Amino acid sequence: MKKYIVQIVLVFTLISLSGCLNDLDVEPIDPNLITSANVYETVDDYKKGLAKLYATFALSGQQGPAGQPDIEGIDEGFGNYLRQYWNCQELTTDEAVLSWNDATIKDFHWHTWTATDVFIAAMYSRIMYSVALCNEYIRATAGNDDPDISKFHAEARFLRALAYYHAIDMFGNPSFVTEEDLPGAFFPEQIQRADLFTYIESELIDIEDDMGDPQFEYGRADKAASWMVLAKLYLNAEVYINTPKYTEAIAVLDKINNSAYSLAPDYMHNFVADNQTSPEMILPITYDGINTQTYGGMVYLLHAQIGGSMPTYDLMGTGEAWAGLRTTSALVNKFDMDNDGRALFWTDGQSLEINDIGLFTDGYAITKFRNRKLDGTPSDSDQPVMVDTDWPMFRLADAYLMYAEAVLRGGTGGSIAQALTYVNALRERAYGDGSGNITSGQLTLDFILDERARELFWEGHRRTDLIRFGVFTGSDYLWPWKGNVKEGASSAGHRDLFPIPSTEIGANPNLKQNTDY
Amino acid sequence: MKKYTLLITLFLVSCSWLFAQRQISGKVISSDDQFPLPGVTILEKGTTNGTITDVEGNFTISVPEDGAILSFSFVGYQTYEVEVGSSSVIDVTLKLDLTELNEIVVIGYGQVEKEDLTGAVATVDSKDFNKGVLSSPQDLLVGRVAGVQVTTNSGAPGAGATIRIRGGSSISANNDPLIVIDGFPIDNSNVSGTSNPLASINPNDIETFTVLKDASATAIYGSRASNGVIIITTKKGQSGKPKFNYNAKVSIAQPIEYVDVLTGDEYRQLVTGLYNEGFSGINQDAVDLLGTANTDWQSEIFQTSFSHDHNLNASGTVAEIPFRVSYGYTDQQGILKTTYTKRHSFAVNLSPKFFDKSLKVNINAKQTFSETNFGDEGAVGSAVGFDPTQPIYSGNEEFGGYFAFTDADGLPITFVSNPVAMLELRNNVADLNRFIGNVQLDYTLPFFKDLSANLNLGLDKSSTDGIDDALPGMTWTYRDYTGGNGRLLDYTAENSSELLDFYLAYKKKVGVHDVQFTTGYSWQHFSREGSTYDRNGDETQVRQNTQFKNENYLISFFGRLNYVLANKYLVTATLRNDGSSRFIGDNQWGLFPSLALGWKINQEAFMSGASIVSDLKLRAGYGITGQQDVTDNQYPALPVYRESTGGASYQFGDEFVSTLRPDPYDANIKWEETTTVNVGLDFGFLKDRIYGSVEVYQRNTTDLINRIPIAGGSNFSNYLVTNVGNMENKGFEVTLSGVPISTTDFTWNAGVNITRNVNEITKLTKTDDPDYQGVAVGGISGGVGNNVQIHTVGYPANSFYVFQQVYDSNGDPIEGLYVNKSGEAGEVISNELNKYHYKSPAPDMLIGINSRANYQQFDFSFSGRFSINNYVYNNVQSGATLSGLYVSTGYFTNINAASAERGFTNPQYWSDMFIENASFFKMDNISLGYTFSNLGALEARISATVQNAFIITNYTGIDPEVSGGIDNNIYPRPRTFLLGVNLNF
Repeated sequence: MKKYIVQIVLVFTLISLSGCLNDLDVEPIDPNLITSANVYETVDDYKKGLAKLYATFALSGQQGPAGQPDIEGIDEGFGNYLRQYWNCQELTTDEAVLSWNDATIKDFHWHTWTATDVFIAAMYSRIMYSVALCNEYIRATAGNDDPDISKFHAEARFLRALAYYHAIDMFGNPSFVTEEDLPGAFFPEQIQRADLFTYIESELIDIEDDMGDPQFEYGRADKAASWMVLAKLYLNAEVYINTPKYTEAIAVLDKINNSAYSLAPDYMHNFVADNQTSPEMILPITYDGINTQTYGGMVYLLHAQIGGSMPTYDLMGTGEAWAGLRTTSALVNKFDMDNDGRALFWTDGQSLEINDIGLFTDGYAITKFRNRKLDGTPSDSDQPVMVDTDWPMFRLADAYLMYAEAVLRGGTGGSIAQALTYVNALRERAYGDGSGNITSGQLTLDFILDERARELFWEGHRRTDLIRFGVFTGSDYLWPWKGNVKEGASSAGHRDLFPIPSTEIGANPNLKQNTDY
Repeated sequence: MKKYTLLITLFLVSCSWLFAQRQISGKVISSDDQFPLPGVTILEKGTTNGTITDVEGNFTISVPEDGAILSFSFVGYQTYEVEVGSSSVIDVTLKLDLTELNEIVVIGYGQVEKEDLTGAVATVDSKDFNKGVLSSPQDLLVGRVAGVQVTTNSGAPGAGATIRIRGGSSISANNDPLIVIDGFPIDNSNVSGTSNPLASINPNDIETFTVLKDASATAIYGSRASNGVIIITTKKGQSGKPKFNYNAKVSIAQPIEYVDVLTGDEYRQLVTGLYNEGFSGINQDAVDLLGTANTDWQSEIFQTSFSHDHNLNASGTVAEIPFRVSYGYTDQQGILKTTYTKRHSFAVNLSPKFFDKSLKVNINAKQTFSETNFGDEGAVGSAVGFDPTQPIYSGNEEFGGYFAFTDADGLPITFVSNPVAMLELRNNVADLNRFIGNVQLDYTLPFFKDLSANLNLGLDKSSTDGIDDALPGMTWTYRDYTGGNGRLLDYTAENSSELLDFYLAYKKKVGVHDVQFTTGYSWQHFSREGSTYDRNGDETQVRQNTQFKNENYLISFFGRLNYVLANKYLVTATLRNDGSSRFIGDNQWGLFPSLALGWKINQEAFMSGASIVSDLKLRAGYGITGQQDVTDNQYPALPVYRESTGGASYQFGDEFVSTLRPDPYDANIKWEETTTVNVGLDFGFLKDRIYGSVEVYQRNTTDLINRIPIAGGSNFSNYLVTNVGNMENKGFEVTLSGVPISTTDFTWNAGVNITRNVNEITKLTKTDDPDYQGVAVGGISGGVGNNVQIHTVGYPANSFYVFQQVYDSNGDPIEGLYVNKSGEAGEVISNELNKYHYKSPAPDMLIGINSRANYQQFDFSFSGRFSINNYVYNNVQSGATLSGLYVSTGYFTNINAASAERGFTNPQYWSDMFIENASFFKMDNISLGYTFSNLGALEARISATVQNAFIITNYTGIDPEVSGGIDNNIYPRPRTFLLGVNLNF
């Protein structure tokens, strides 16, 4: 009897020993997790992978509105791509100030940011994150002949080029990885601005044929979107590589302006809950109150602009006022307040001048982005905070103004007459009649810069525009609180680029800091 | 009635006369050296009649003619009882109490005699536990063991605690010690539905805590031992006929202190004053919004709470099976209204022996059912911040009848919530059901008696069913939930862990050689799953409907050799090969050795003259332990895609497509290793009337499993869990205990323990960039993403990283003015390089004191702690400023008196003035008891206890003990008064 017990124990132990060692080789059992080897089996799977590449610009993670964040080291909603992009492009300019006490957020407006700024670091991380995800997807779809998948492949390359376009514009000389670089713990090389310019340009030209035709499907990048990035690259080429490319810009802009896109009859159509029906939207970042939720992106922008006596729900179609964003008198003063329909300011209880950036009622508030439909009815989702309004990343009006600017800057292949037609099309829409139209004599570069502010304010273009016109830093153009002085003060020229974040330099010895940081 | 009283009195008096007295005399000697023992206590059992032996060991005592039993007791000796019978001379030889001197200490996979220990091991048994603990077993240990810091997380009933042994060896990986309950290592991960993984153990069932501190002691638990091991042994069945024990406690608890905020009148005065001064932002609208009430929100949300606790157990041997069964019921109310925890606990232990005692079986089963209402702890902060000029109730039906701020459209403002409504309109209750059980078989081979085989099979399974609803009208639900009818949220969790240990133990004594060898195998599987279903009140809007599921395995082979030469020289060597499913390929397995030497100096011949020294042992140990507990990811080495869940789809055309994301991973992630060197000295003097130990140690952790920023573009996030960085902990511990007084009537036991640990990060990145500041941590309340702590090379982990405040000639801080530390031009506050490392939350030294005195039937005990130079960031004050009083969308926020006095316009979160020296002394508990001695078979003790009796500190917040060092309105720890009764029969 005793002997049997011993034997049973020994046998039992041996069985468990041999069986158990394999237990260490686990695979995820969570229904939401799939190993990379099994992830892509059908076209629908590939479509989900592509959707993530777009969603990195819109959302903060894999759970809406928050949860399973993409990047860390910052509040999840703050670390959203669009939110950081908007802050970098707008808070640094005459168009916006923010009242909150979040870390170094006011440095943007004061032009006093440093390499340790957490928001700049988040922007950099977001760009490189999008690039890394695109690289993975480009590897997964390379050589796939399926017509849908080869289009997905081209769109992934487009989105990578878009992220690198933001990098060349904001950081100049970022880290550089392509689909050749497998994920791991390595140190990417730094690319010089001119080399990155060539890379983005060649990528955009290379994918043109594989991209979908204009307006083939809402929410996805088409040929016009890729032309838009290429045109912006060319328009800013003097900044990026010290070489004018205005002629090239006109050629690309012509394709956009003659494509299926057309101006929406109503300016507001581009900024409301049903702006997906605007014929002008070349590339949106889409949001939906139920299906596409985040505390960054449009939720941030829409709520941060609401405060004071502004009717939160009745006008803006949402349930909360975050009382953050206003604008400076420098923007307000560019408008013909009585006649220009684009002067979407809330002045009741607000003062024009800003004595205290921390006070919402200092500075006019803005009512441009709304979670109500064009006809004023509530959005389809009608959620208390999550919104339906899409972000108009590229719209046709921008292309019109770029065309006019490229012609005025000496590009060939276009005409002043055409430029004037484009500009007056926007003016007529804004004024409701021809009373705001200008003459060819009034069509100057200075006018273009101001008109871009009037037409495109808060749409994420301002910093790039001011730099292209050479007035972002220095003392040629001062606006309230630039340089941390109420009247505005000069800031140093090296701030035309953001610094490479110090966390990035700490993590990657191949990176050299931008000049003077 | 009177008549009967008289009769009874007469009867008792006559009885004492009936029993004639006689004299007994005798001598008491010691069994080990046959010398007389002075000071031995001799008591006639069941009475207060007693005496002590004189210098020669002689005694005389008067006893009744018949039936007296004498009890002989002395520290360090077994108590001896003898029936007097007819003899008049009784000589007694007292045996050394082996269970006290040669105490058996449970270590991993076996046990050793305490005198043969070579590692840094401390034990606390039930008589030394802190008194008055209801639901959190960790509280029994607070301040009791050098090197062990137990910080309760809050004052909530059943709250968990942060336990750190020697400071914690990791940065991002788990820093909790491994907890082993009756041979079953439990999963450290949080179980939803309870804030405390140990809450399922009834404190009354615990016999001892054994704390393994250094690597030579813990290495046998290699894979999970880097942060020390706490072994909990529960009470076992005793021999003899069944005995019963019932004990009960009733208690009331009260908040000790409130944050000093402005009253309604003071607030109105402040706001109107600012308005008259033309303070930016405070306009006529603001003044119009002021209410007329004087509401003290803190006193509205707190209560004096009442709790009671009952335990019944039986222990004995029936049909040759020793058993112990116990049942406990705790109903503990919190001082925050609506919060409570109720727990039923059952425990069974059976320890039968079979086949001529060659097969020893030990069966443990523990089952708890608990129901906890977590309330809404956010109300604590809300009560500090909510406008004191507003009433609790609005007088109308809207928002559940509670006052709420509303915007121009009449919608509630969701940023501030009425604290009373937060509690009353919340239903946040979880039911937890947990079973922990194991069967241990210990079989001595009949044909080879030196060898025994030990099999341990265990199961730990818990399931949680929780709801966290907000009732219609709760203002904050208007942010995320449509319809204004509140929210419904259900959640579940199932955690389970299965264990199989098998080892062979060989034990042989030949001449002066004493050898023990143990080798074995351990397999443990952990799985966790759960779900959350979150929707609005009428279920028309689903916000979250998610499930998760994961598992991991640990497999180990281990061996240990204990060798004792001539009862003087000790060697312990262990080797463990650990496999973890969290790693892949060659990194799956890690090899962890340890070696320790001991020298029992007092056994040497040259010490024989020093009779004053009863124990002297020098120990030295070295060992490596591994860490694999990547806290939130079971698959850090695998390329895994994660599909999005609700609300995170992307629109293509008219379709919303869910997304697939590659998660970051490091295929090369491997074991974090901690190397520990420990030197210790155990000593005892005067037959262990004074005893203690001194430990000196250094722990170096390399290849830290660390969540660090990585090079952009190199992986699928900006942070990655990978092996980067080194950290060092060094320190010393002193433990001193003694029995200063021991007489018949009066004994006094006292102890002190001292802990010093110094932590330093020695490497943090792969690049060794000298300009790298470090990884920001320590998120605060106020703004979003604001951190006040940092991990930097050359400094302790979690050091504060702030600006140095400039003061004016009166010593008052100048708002926004800081020292330019970098020397660089530009705004000081814009440049992180102007921040400096200023102190850390970890104390320089911890000193625990405890005392237990018995005088006749009375006993009196207390325990307390000094914490020296622990620094705390006072977030309650740093966040409160004048510009935050009124927000133009239409609401107020109250301010604390100190911040109002300071008068800062804007928050200065990074001023070092908010980092305070929070050194403290806390009297954790004081207890007075009385034991009835003449109740026949019934033994009874009653006691009164005060927990958290008083705090001495210069810290300006309400409690200087803050886990993590950032003080921001935690659920305050109450002061508790308990009455207890304990009956044995």
